[in-house]
Amino acid sequence: MLWETIRLALRTIRRNVLRSFLTVLGVVIGVAAVIAMVTVGQGSSDSVTADIESLGSNVLMVRPGKQPMGPGMQDTAPAFALRDALLLAELPGVQAVAPIANASATVVYGNENLSTRIVGTSNGYLTVSNWTVSRGRPFTEAEERAGAGVCIIGETVREALFGSTDPTGETIRLKAISCTVVGLLESKGASSFGDDQDDIVLMPIRTVQRRLTGNDEVALMTVSLEKGTSVEKSIAAIEALMRERRRIRPGEEDDFSVTDMKQIASMLNGVTAVLTGLLSAVAAVSLLVGGIGIMNIMLVSVTERTREIGIRLAVGAQSGQVLLQFLVEAVMLSVLGGVIGIVLGLALALVGASVMDIPFSPDPMVVLMAFGFSALVGVVFGYFPARRAARLDPIEALRHQ
Amino acid sequence: MVSEASPALSPPPVIELRNIVRLYGQGEAEVRALDGVSLQVHRGEFVAIMGASGSGKSTAMNVIGCLDRPTKGDYLFNGVEVAGLSQDQRALLRRHYLGFIFQGFNLLPRTTALENVELPLIYKGLPRDERVALARAALAKVGLAGREGSDPSQLSGGQQQRVAIARALAGAPMVVLADEPTGNLDTRRSHEIMDLLVELNRSEGLTIVMVTHEDDMAAYASRLVLFSDGRIISDAPVARKGA
Repeated sequence: MLWETIRLALRTIRRNVLRSFLTVLGVVIGVAAVIAMVTVGQGSSDSVTADIESLGSNVLMVRPGKQPMGPGMQDTAPAFALRDALLLAELPGVQAVAPIANASATVVYGNENLSTRIVGTSNGYLTVSNWTVSRGRPFTEAEERAGAGVCIIGETVREALFGSTDPTGETIRLKAISCTVVGLLESKGASSFGDDQDDIVLMPIRTVQRRLTGNDEVALMTVSLEKGTSVEKSIAAIEALMRERRRIRPGEEDDFSVTDMKQIASMLNGVTAVLTGLLSAVAAVSLLVGGIGIMNIMLVSVTERTREIGIRLAVGAQSGQVLLQFLVEAVMLSVLGGVIGIVLGLALALVGASVMDIPFSPDPMVVLMAFGFSALVGVVFGYFPARRAARLDPIEALRHQ
Repeated sequence: MVSEASPALSPPPVIELRNIVRLYGQGEAEVRALDGVSLQVHRGEFVAIMGASGSGKSTAMNVIGCLDRPTKGDYLFNGVEVAGLSQDQRALLRRHYLGFIFQGFNLLPRTTALENVELPLIYKGLPRDERVALARAALAKVGLAGREGSDPSQLSGGQQQRVAIARALAGAPMVVLADEPTGNLDTRRSHEIMDLLVELNRSEGLTIVMVTHEDDMAAYASRLVLFSDGRIISDAPVARKGA
C-alpha cells in the first residue's frame, strides 16, 4: 500500500513538472546553501589546520601582551630583547628559537623594485617554520652577530627583481642599505588566508633593528620543540623564564603569552565555525520559507483534487489513507528538492573550493542531515494540507465541481 | 413470503432500513430529509428509486451507500447493524461490499480506464497482477476490451459510464448503487447503459439500487420505490421492459 502511495505521489509530481519544480525551489535553495556553506567552511578550516600542522604541531609562539590577541588589539607590554631568545634556546627540549622583528620596505635591483615584507630573524626561523633554502646558503653566525648586510629572498621577490637570472651574490637595495643576496627560499605558495608567503625578505635581526626599525625590540619569538617534548611542560618552562626576565612578581598576571599552534588553529577554526553557523542559520530560514511554499501548493492541490478525494473515499479509502497519500506527496516533493539541493550545493562547493584554492571536503553527515531535514520539512508542512484532505466529507467532496 | 420463524432458510435482506430519520440543520432551520423510511432490498433485486428533487431519494442513497449516517433508525446490511459505524468502518464496508455509479461518471482524470477500474482494488490491498486481471475482466464485461489504455477524455460519455460501471463491478460488490447513471447521457446511450445494467442483474444476479427521475429508465428495474417529502409513498414491482 505504501509503495502504491509512493508511486502515485511520483506520478502526480511528474504530471506537473514545472509546478513541482517551482514548489520545491525554496527547499532546493535552502539545502544547496547549507551544503555549500558547510562544505566550503569545512574545507577552509581543513586547510588552516593543514597549514598550521605543516608548521609543525610542536611550534610555540611567544608574544608580548596578554592572550589571546585578536586583530586590531594593541597592548602596551614591552617587547622582548634578543637576550630573551638566546636564553629560551638554552631551555631543555627547545630545538630552535626565531626572534622576529618585522618591517616593510621597497627593495630595488637595477630598474626593478618591489614593496615587500622584511623579516629580521635568525637561522632559527628556517627551522621553526620548516623552510629550506633552495639555492645559496643560510646566514653565517658572523653575519648574524654583526648584523651584516645580507638577505635571503622569497621566490616572489626573486621573480620580480631578477626574472630568470641567478640572484645569489647580487646586491639589492632597501632604503639606505645595500644587501647581498646569499640565499633563495624554496617556494611555499599562498597561505590559507590567501597571502603570498613567498613575498618575503629575511635579514639578520640585528641588521633590521639597527638599520630599519631603529630600536632593539623583538616583536615576537617562535619556538620549535624537539620531537617527544611535552608541549605543556615547555610552555610552563618558557613562562617561568619570561616571568623572571620581565620581573613579574608572583600573583601578578603575565604581560606576555605563549600559545601553541593547536590553540591558534582552534581559535581560527572557531571563527570559521561561527561564520558557517550564521550563514547556515540564514539558509535554514530559506528552508523554512521553502516548507511554507510546499504547504501552500499542497493546500491548492487538495482543493483542486477534492473530487478525486471524494472518489477515493467512495470506493473505500479510509481517511488515514488519504492523509498518507498527501503527506507522502509533500514529503516526496521536499525530498526531491533536498536531493536537487544537495547536488547543487556540492557543485557550488566544488567550484568555490577550486576558486578559493582550498580542499573540497564534503561531509557525509551533513549531506545526510540535509536530506533528513528536507524530509522533515515535507512532513511538518505537508501535514496540515493532508489533514484537510483526510477530513473531507465524501458526499461534499463528490459534489465539488 | 417466508415466515420469520424459519430464518435459516431465508438469507437476510441485503439492505434493510428501519424507520430511518435523517435531519439536517438545527432548531428553526431543521430539515427532515428522511422521515421514517423503511425499506428492504433482497439479493438479485433491481430497485429504482424515484421522486421529485428534495423528496429524500438522494439522502436515502447516501445512507444506503454508507456515505452518510442516519440521525435515527436502524440500517442492517446483510443482517448486520451498520447505522452506528464510524467513518473509517463505513469506508471498509464500501470497500468490500458496495459499488458506486454516479451521474457525472466521476472517473479520475488523466488516468487510464484500466487504472480507474483498479482504484477500488488498490484499497482492497490486492497485488498488482491480480488487480490488472480483475480490472481487465471487468472492462471486458462492460464491452470495453481493448480500451484499457484510454484516458477518460478520449472516451465518449457512454464509454466513460461503462468504465465507471466496470469500476463498481471490479471488486465483486454485494450491491451496486447507481445515482442517476444516465443523467448525463443522450437517449441512445442511456438505453445502452440500462441494457447493460439489466444484463448484469439477470446474468450475474447483481443487486442494483438506482436513483432516477426518468420513467423510461425506471422501467428497466424490477421494482419501483417512490419518495415524497422524506417518505416512501409507493413500493411496487414493475412490469419489466422487454421481460
